[in-house]
Amino acid sequence: MTDNLNKEKQTTTHKIGIYLWIWALLFVLSFCSYMVDWFQFQGLLRWTLIVTFMLLKAGLIMAFFMHLFWERYALVNVLLWPMTAIVCFVVLMAAEGKYTVFTRLVYFVLGS
Amino acid sequence: MDQTSLDKLPKGFKSIGSDFGTDQTAFKGVNWGKAMMWIFLLSDTFIFSCFLISYMKGRASTVVEWPNPSEVFALNFMGVPVPLLLIAIMTFVLITSSGTMALAVKYGYERNKKMCGWFILFTALGGLTFVGMQAFEWSKLIHEGVRPWENPFGAHQFGSFFFMITGFHGTHVSIGVIFLCIFARKVFRGDFDTGKRGYFTTMKSDYVSIEILGLYWHFVDLVWVFIFAFFYLW
Repeated sequence: MTDNLNKEKQTTTHKIGIYLWIWALLFVLSFCSYMVDWFQFQGLLRWTLIVTFMLLKAGLIMAFFMHLFWERYALVNVLLWPMTAIVCFVVLMAAEGKYTVFTRLVYFVLGS
Repeated sequence: MDQTSLDKLPKGFKSIGSDFGTDQTAFKGVNWGKAMMWIFLLSDTFIFSCFLISYMKGRASTVVEWPNPSEVFALNFMGVPVPLLLIAIMTFVLITSSGTMALAVKYGYERNKKMCGWFILFTALGGLTFVGMQAFEWSKLIHEGVRPWENPFGAHQFGSFFFMITGFHGTHVSIGVIFLCIFARKVFRGDFDTGKRGYFTTMKSDYVSIEILGLYWHFVDLVWVFIFAFFYLW
């Protein structure tokens, strides 16, 4: 019985240190992304920094807090591949937004 | 499925084909409730993506200048406007509550009733603080004249996207707080140690529920990471 319990323990819990590390890292990354606004970085630098910190934070939360790092590939793949659909949607709508602003400028601003 | 039989299964990318090729269960060693929570979170991801994408499209296609978030969300601290001060504090509060939730899950699996319950309560407290600060932020902006159809800072679409996205996220946090409180009570009562049957489900309680609850809570934090980046910082 105790053997069984110990086995269960090994599979489902992890050392407290890993959670505290991830926690600290999330704090640092959040602080960094706040600093991006604090120093008023603009343009490409701002966007790259924001997206990098965002993806790092999201990755850490999913991998360690949500235990995806320890799950089998079947579950991980089922969860992550649909994200490519979202990326496609973002690209499509970014193009659509450019087109809308173009027509608005041509017909409303220049045309009036 | 216990760990020894899991260890015998194929590893790496080969395991995807073999796991899906077997009968009965595709997700080996994953509690069905946990798999269902993941599927729910996946659908929720799509809802929030649609909100954020419509925000991106709205912001990209307006010819009027978009309000500068670091000015709109600035807070006066000792007479000096500090950009995004409240939002930064909210972010740290939510991350902290995510950390305490992770510890609650850990202590739950160690069958440490007291620590698990207290950490769930800490998490609920963090969530409540977050919702409270959000209510403060909303009322401040409403006082300044921000409405879903107009605002004094710039493009009119700003208000509707702001209220829709943060409101939907705040609803998630509030629902999470309610469930955290329910589960804290269950933990302290010892439902998960005795395997007491649930009132609605009539199924035996198990500490895996804490992990499922944790998944939801971490997801709420995850969504905030994206909202913080795209809505407040961009």
